[in-house]
Amino acid sequence: MAEQRQILLAAHGVAKHFGGVKALHDVSLTIHRGEIYGLIGPNGAGKTTFFNCLTGLYTNESGHFVFDGVRLAADAPHKAAAVGIARTFQNIRLFGNMTAIENVMVGRHLRTSAGVFGAISRNPATRAEEAAIARRADELLHYVGIQERAHDYARHLSYGDQRRLEIARALATEPKLLALDEPAAGMNGTETEALRVLVEGIRRDGVTVLLIEHDVKLVMGLCDRVAVLDYGEKICEDVPAVVQKDPRVIEAYLGG
Amino acid sequence: MTGESRRSPRGLRQWLGLLLLVGVLLAVPFVAALGGQAWVRIANFAILYVFLALGLNIVVGYAGLLDLGYVAFYAVGAYCYALLASPHFGIHLPFWVILPFGAALACLFGVLLGAPTLKLRGDYLAIVTLGFGEIIRIFMNNLNAPINITNGAQGITLIDPIRIGEFSFAKTSTLFGISLSGPQKYYFLLVALAALVIVINIRLQNSRIGRAWQAIREDEVAAKACGINTRNIKLLAFAMGASFGGIAGGVFAAMQGFVSPESFSLMESITILAMVVLGGMGHIPGVILGAVLLTGLPEALRYGIEPVQKAVFGRMIIDPESLRMLVFGLALVLVMRFRPAGLWPSSLRRRELSEVTD
Repeated sequence: MAEQRQILLAAHGVAKHFGGVKALHDVSLTIHRGEIYGLIGPNGAGKTTFFNCLTGLYTNESGHFVFDGVRLAADAPHKAAAVGIARTFQNIRLFGNMTAIENVMVGRHLRTSAGVFGAISRNPATRAEEAAIARRADELLHYVGIQERAHDYARHLSYGDQRRLEIARALATEPKLLALDEPAAGMNGTETEALRVLVEGIRRDGVTVLLIEHDVKLVMGLCDRVAVLDYGEKICEDVPAVVQKDPRVIEAYLGG
Repeated sequence: MTGESRRSPRGLRQWLGLLLLVGVLLAVPFVAALGGQAWVRIANFAILYVFLALGLNIVVGYAGLLDLGYVAFYAVGAYCYALLASPHFGIHLPFWVILPFGAALACLFGVLLGAPTLKLRGDYLAIVTLGFGEIIRIFMNNLNAPINITNGAQGITLIDPIRIGEFSFAKTSTLFGISLSGPQKYYFLLVALAALVIVINIRLQNSRIGRAWQAIREDEVAAKACGINTRNIKLLAFAMGASFGGIAGGVFAAMQGFVSPESFSLMESITILAMVVLGGMGHIPGVILGAVLLTGLPEALRYGIEPVQKAVFGRMIIDPESLRMLVFGLALVLVMRFRPAGLWPSSLRRRELSEVTD
């Protein structure tokens, strides 16, 4: 039972095909609460496909996800967000012509309720909610460390700041699981180190993290457990030290 | 801290500007009346189009959904009013019953059209809405047999004017010692409605819903990942735009006293869309400017071109109506060439477009 309660996400035999290409084949894995879980593998191994199935952008042909004890009906991305799965994108997808703080405020959409009539009448409840949205968005910008860019347009932010903004926007949805798709891609050493500190802080604050990453050093230093995908199949799942020595993993990366 | 001291003169300037605007708006129907009631009617249409364009602005400007059949909702509202307040069926309901009902009915049509089509994007949505607009018009044209509902192409005549008790908007009456003609009264009604739709536009823009619309326009996938139910939020934009179209249609029917399918052609949809795009999509003052210009300029041309031709050539060479379309087309091309973001765009839209050309 204790083991059951520890599991936040379980994937059971997830498969996804694109025509004849098996992007994911029978992938099962479990992520524990409070863990930083790494998902690695060579290019085209199916990592992002797994993310997209999990967050409802794709519909997997077979298999299913159990999140927080409930089977995911992942037919719509907004439902995945509603149960507590937030994500970032490999190719950053911000609302470029909105300011940084507005981007985070959009993330609050899910946890707020003002409708058209509230907006038009601007009743006290709506005004209070609006103020709370702005306050929370500001806090989150502080949290990821880009508060001084709050009123700049998202697409004018530096690459590293855009990555941080995407994380802040994802956190605004109050996720239980934060799925980061290659957050360190294109970052220099200092930025990567700052990202590591940020992700550890997020975990400390009670959010489980699922991390796709190419930077092996970052993954090995940061993750509690790692799964390796190769050609759409999970070839290994264990603590970083074991995974690093696994001959199948070495073969997958160095090419067999 | 310095903003506090800077605010007062700016606040004063804003109040003065508002006062000036109110003064101008009050003077327009009386100044226009000097040239005849026809000019008051033109002013009325300009404001009716402001109302329509701002309704469409919610759909096109905010949510970014290209709707080429907006006139269908206008038609639904107009026919709703015409059928419920005319001798055609012998029903004469008061306007304050019909206008909300017309808005609700148009809203329903908006949802009916939106629900199956909002998965489409851009051009594809435009084609479907264009078809929908035509379907409504053709329905109105042909619903006279076997049961005569809309009276076909002849349209419905003798529609009741808007009336509050004994105070009818069709007759001239004296209020506070000022004689007001029917069109002048409609003018003030329309200004009030336009003010209402402006407030609604402004408030929606800076709200949770408005941000969700903007997010969808920017990146639909990311908006979904943020937990926005994009289908419902888009449907909301569609339904709201449709409701405004329905109200405008009702006022149009009451003001004209006559509706026929001819008033709801595709050209009408295009014109309203052109007002939004020419003025500056998503920017309220721009849309208002677009609507006023596109209603006022053709009328001015119509009245101006005849004397000019007579004076220059001694006779009419080009029919004013066709020249009107020519100038209209030329204006569209010129604006799109030299001010692609619209005549008076929001700073945001200007950025979006400048990025594309970079």
